[in-house]
Amino acid sequence: MTKVAVTGLGALTPLGPDVAALTEGLLTGRSGVRLLEGEQWDALPARLAATVETEGRLERVEARTLDRVQQLALIAAREAWSDAGAPSVDPVRLAVIIGSGIGGALTLLSQYDVLQARGPRAVSPHLVPMLMPNGPAATVGLELKARAGVHTPVSACASGAEAIAQALTLLRSGAVDVVVAGGSEACVHPLPMAGFAQMRALSTRHDAPEAASRPYDKGRDGFVLGEGAGVLVLERSEFAEARGARIHAYVGGAGLVADAHHVTAPDPSGDGAARSVAAALRDAGVTATDIGHVNAHATSTPLGDVAEARALGLALGDHRPAVTATKSCTGHLLGAAGAVEAIATVVALRDGVVPPVRNLDDQDDEADVDAVRVVPRELVHDAALSTSFGFGGHDVSLVFTR
Amino acid sequence: MSLTQDEILTGLAEVIEEVSGVAADKVTREATFENDLEIDSLTMVEVVVECESRFGVRIPDEALETLKTVGDAIDYIATAGVPA
Repeated sequence: MTKVAVTGLGALTPLGPDVAALTEGLLTGRSGVRLLEGEQWDALPARLAATVETEGRLERVEARTLDRVQQLALIAAREAWSDAGAPSVDPVRLAVIIGSGIGGALTLLSQYDVLQARGPRAVSPHLVPMLMPNGPAATVGLELKARAGVHTPVSACASGAEAIAQALTLLRSGAVDVVVAGGSEACVHPLPMAGFAQMRALSTRHDAPEAASRPYDKGRDGFVLGEGAGVLVLERSEFAEARGARIHAYVGGAGLVADAHHVTAPDPSGDGAARSVAAALRDAGVTATDIGHVNAHATSTPLGDVAEARALGLALGDHRPAVTATKSCTGHLLGAAGAVEAIATVVALRDGVVPPVRNLDDQDDEADVDAVRVVPRELVHDAALSTSFGFGGHDVSLVFTR
Repeated sequence: MSLTQDEILTGLAEVIEEVSGVAADKVTREATFENDLEIDSLTMVEVVVECESRFGVRIPDEALETLKTVGDAIDYIATAGVPA
């Protein structure tokens, strides 16, 4: 079967402008979380967020005609494409698959304000292409002239991982040579934040923002909303080798299943999550003991972290790989999370080092995983796993190999 | 008091630069929106919305279809802009 090579990485995250900043931030356990200050945030019961900086990264017209979720995807895609050496590929053999959980929410909300204040003739003619959830994929597809297809998986917080899984299937089919895959999210706004807060899903540790996202820790009290984008350039390995591309790692396999348990709560048994891990291992042709590292979904919610730990136990048995939780540093990037964490997993494999979980002071006995704490740990195995779960009961696991 | 043609040209050039990124000095009377300035239909609507606000005029869709060059738009705004 065709192998799928990872040849380009791009990430705009709360830890900084690129993959180098993400890598350094994770290894040193830096936090990208802050308290949102100002009148529009004051009434919110939870007002922590992890935001990104776009200043100077885009032309003025790009900034004007693209929703922020599209802007972030474009910035990350440019980095990934450049990192891959801007492959020379027939446009009809190049596809783009970029997911988003929410889409262009900021445009929808701000243009509703325009409609109220100035009437329908003041509404931007760019409104529809800015708010549509396929906007990030379409923006990147236009930029790269991708003519094999442009797709947008929407599976909440599993969207970014599902994009990579779809890319794997497409590349294995032989229909394309290169896929630019990833996820993007930008919905730091009082309305979505109020909605998440009403679900009691967000941390309210306002007195210590950088300590708020604390997966597996006994003191965790919810996730921190983040924004950002992660994009990977994936290629059929024959194509990558023929052009002499530098290969970071390989996408070994994917497992996508559903809980059918509850629209937002994780199945406490961990059944769906475990089945997705087992399916990904099978698809990659590896066994549990081949996995040296898990980049866990681990959002820092009381229920989710325990259910996932149980799932890893079900799927991996007595084998206990080194687990990290990227969200302890970045916050939860929703539809971008799976892509950014896939990048972190690829870098961990490539460089042979697993970053620590930040803020893990007192591990919850119920979340019984071998979490890496305080300092990075060497990774000698040749395979690693990244898990992503989304509202709707989506379970997506990805295996990467070197 | 109505604006002079030059004042409208200056204002229109500023609007076009803001919404499309085309440098203001490229905006001449003879320039066509579609071919010379490469302004697509969505961006043209944005130009209209900004002009309506800036010059206090209403540019209906029927009129928009007749505005091929910057000069056409200046003439329309100069005429429509005179207070009734």
